[in-house]
Amino acid sequence: MTELEGYAEGIDALARRLGMDYYPVDFEMAPASLMTEIAVYGLPVRMPHWSFGVRYIHQLVRQSMGHSKIFEVMFPGDPCRAFLMDGNSVAENALVTAHVLGHADFSKNNQLFARFHAMAGGNIVETAAAHAHRIQLAIEAHGVERVESVLDAALALEAHIDVGGELHRARYPEFVAQKAQPVDTAFQSRFKQLPGTEEPVAQKSGQVRAPVPPHPEYDLLWFIANYAPELEQWERDIFLMVRTESFYFYPVFACQIMNEGWASYWHARLLREADFLPQPLYLSAIKAHSDVVRPFASGQQTALAINPYHLGFTIWERIVEKHGIERAREVRRDEDDFGFIRNWLDEGLAKEAGLFVYETRPGDEIRVASKDINAIREAILGPKFNFGSPRVAARELKHDGTLTLAHDHASDGRGLDVTRAKRVLDYVHRVWRRPVKLATTNERNEAVELAA
Amino acid sequence: MTIRIAAETPWYDLFSRGARDWLRHNEKVRDAVKDTLPELLSNSDLMTGSGSRTVAVPVKFLEHARLRLAESQVQQGAGQGRGEPGDVLQPGREEGGEQGQAGGTGDGEIRFVVELKLDEIVDWLWEELKLPELKPKRTATIDQAEYVREGWDKRGARSRLDRRRTMKEAVKRHAIQGNSAAPVNEEPISLVNDDLRFRQLVRRPSPATSAAVIFALDVSGSMDEAQRRLAKQFFFFALQGIRRQYAKVETVFLAHAAQAWEFDESQFFQASSSGGTVTSSVARLALEVMEKRYDPARYNVYFFYASDGENAAEDRDEARTTLAQIAELVNYSGYCETGGVATFRPRDTQLAEIFAELKGSGLAVGTSHLASQDDVWNAIREFFTEQSKE
Repeated sequence: MTELEGYAEGIDALARRLGMDYYPVDFEMAPASLMTEIAVYGLPVRMPHWSFGVRYIHQLVRQSMGHSKIFEVMFPGDPCRAFLMDGNSVAENALVTAHVLGHADFSKNNQLFARFHAMAGGNIVETAAAHAHRIQLAIEAHGVERVESVLDAALALEAHIDVGGELHRARYPEFVAQKAQPVDTAFQSRFKQLPGTEEPVAQKSGQVRAPVPPHPEYDLLWFIANYAPELEQWERDIFLMVRTESFYFYPVFACQIMNEGWASYWHARLLREADFLPQPLYLSAIKAHSDVVRPFASGQQTALAINPYHLGFTIWERIVEKHGIERAREVRRDEDDFGFIRNWLDEGLAKEAGLFVYETRPGDEIRVASKDINAIREAILGPKFNFGSPRVAARELKHDGTLTLAHDHASDGRGLDVTRAKRVLDYVHRVWRRPVKLATTNERNEAVELAA
Repeated sequence: MTIRIAAETPWYDLFSRGARDWLRHNEKVRDAVKDTLPELLSNSDLMTGSGSRTVAVPVKFLEHARLRLAESQVQQGAGQGRGEPGDVLQPGREEGGEQGQAGGTGDGEIRFVVELKLDEIVDWLWEELKLPELKPKRTATIDQAEYVREGWDKRGARSRLDRRRTMKEAVKRHAIQGNSAAPVNEEPISLVNDDLRFRQLVRRPSPATSAAVIFALDVSGSMDEAQRRLAKQFFFFALQGIRRQYAKVETVFLAHAAQAWEFDESQFFQASSSGGTVTSSVARLALEVMEKRYDPARYNVYFFYASDGENAAEDRDEARTTLAQIAELVNYSGYCETGGVATFRPRDTQLAEIFAELKGSGLAVGTSHLASQDDVWNAIREFFTEQSKE
């Protein structure tokens, strides 16, 4: 047994004693190169697409400039899969082991994670690898260009799923019951009494063909997979694979602050209470902890971003201190970042942490704009709203196959970036193969319709 | 709970998906660059020179578009640290200062350069356009006698002694004389006069392998900037195609309005004049150049003329005579009419009529119309396919 394995077992036993509840965790040592790729793809084996290549280069540059150091990655499931970086010291990896157990506890118990687990099963790593394999087969069968154009469209709409909806959904009902005859108004009953020809009695078919979609449909990936007029089976398959992965990414995205904070709270506590760790190792692990859980880079006074580790950690410490660990566990179960920040980030905490809202004006001048607690909460949560994307719904499918998408510019506050929207529309058009339209507003708030 | 450390080399050490997708991205960038190639190439003076030059094309990363809200004038974000409302965290740029040089915003600011070799580009274009190779004029095989090596002799000048051949002869002689049993590498082989071999030279006429390309451009007031740029692009690629074929290509640049002048390349496309258009002036100048420097009997001469087609009415006959003279002398003469859209023209221009007439009489003449970027490729394709049919 290696030194690290010994510590890991001790930490595991301690975690169970402290009431943590998680699926078993499989740890694997991985080289830095794999950690980099996981940071880029979000999963250890994922479908190929050129856009990941761009992110990969950016990540390499960031790492070479020292802006980004990856300690661990963890994939929830049963069992959970975690990767430790083989270049890290034993102290760092002991810390990471404890941190991962925090994530494992979170992902088993948080309702959003648990919901995905129930819908998709707890083996996202294998699922994504199987997707990658199927896409490879599609490339061999249909050529990289064709597969790529499907992925261009599907990945561009990656965030456009209905996060509250089901992963496995049936198609819309084909028919709906006919609407009841409108009740006669006083005028109509008198009108009927007039002499003249009988009104033709409306035929009672009982059912009429339902319009598609019956309501604005926000799950664009699902809608295209199911209702695109000329989609091949393998193309549909790709859309559904991308959609499954998006459902997996949503809880990770929507609970980032809570989840990282929870894991940081637990790694700090586990290490503190792990009396079997040698003192020097504890000290270097705690040093690593303070490097991760700090609001801004050393030597700086302000940061134009919130460190989710630090913010989450601060809030959890306060909850445990004021309301006890049991209440904290309820919060972990019930909230996502929206509820967590709105309910638990209070004025005092924001003041202690020095949170503020800043504004960037034309010319790149940046000023502190406000320290109002509600403004701070919304500035933190704004980028997370609707999976970080504008609200765009499928509105109408015409008989000739024309698809009309509409952007909720009223609720989003302004229109879409028209250039990019046009390009996304071009991607979609290539798989939809019939006209595609998108309604939004321009910078002068006038309605515009893009078409491809 | 276990911590697994793979015993064998794990798969991810053998294969980088990030690198694979990066290469695919680069492939797409190259394709994108190729699409805008004519535009890129026409921007600099690339026409003379050996063709080994490279073109460095600065490119941005391709962006995989997502739906995004339009940027608002004032952007908000959450930050952390010291600061009270109103504090300036980062001063704005000075008005009119260096834009975009502000050190970059972390990501999105990395740029890279794709370097393309000019020869490769042209090869690629030829493949893409499926163009045949040019044929040199058959009659141009006359003079240009040249000494070529042919055979060996036992007598000759010292300087033409072929040592390798001589040694071979010596070894053969030794073998015949039955000395081959002796260890060859210990005993040096002796040479006798009979072993000596000298290279022989023979005088042979060789086909002319040089070409001269005469570019004539109408620079009268009616030719605008865009028209000239199209003409330049066509000239550029026509020249590249001819360079692929001939060992030595010389260029002549003639511009004309009411009269004609010869320019060097750097000034050629800047030249402009407000005068009227007299085509025969440039045709006569071209004939003069051929007579003095590039005798069509010794050179494969190509003549390209770009104009908007509007020639002075009184010059019509003169232009026809001189252009016909040129067409008879050269391998090929090509006429590009610029401007307008061909189908909307009520009638053919005077020059278009003249060239159509020349073509009808069986001369090696091609005409094409340049209204947009794509037409340049069509014109190139037309010219090279026509030429190779001859």
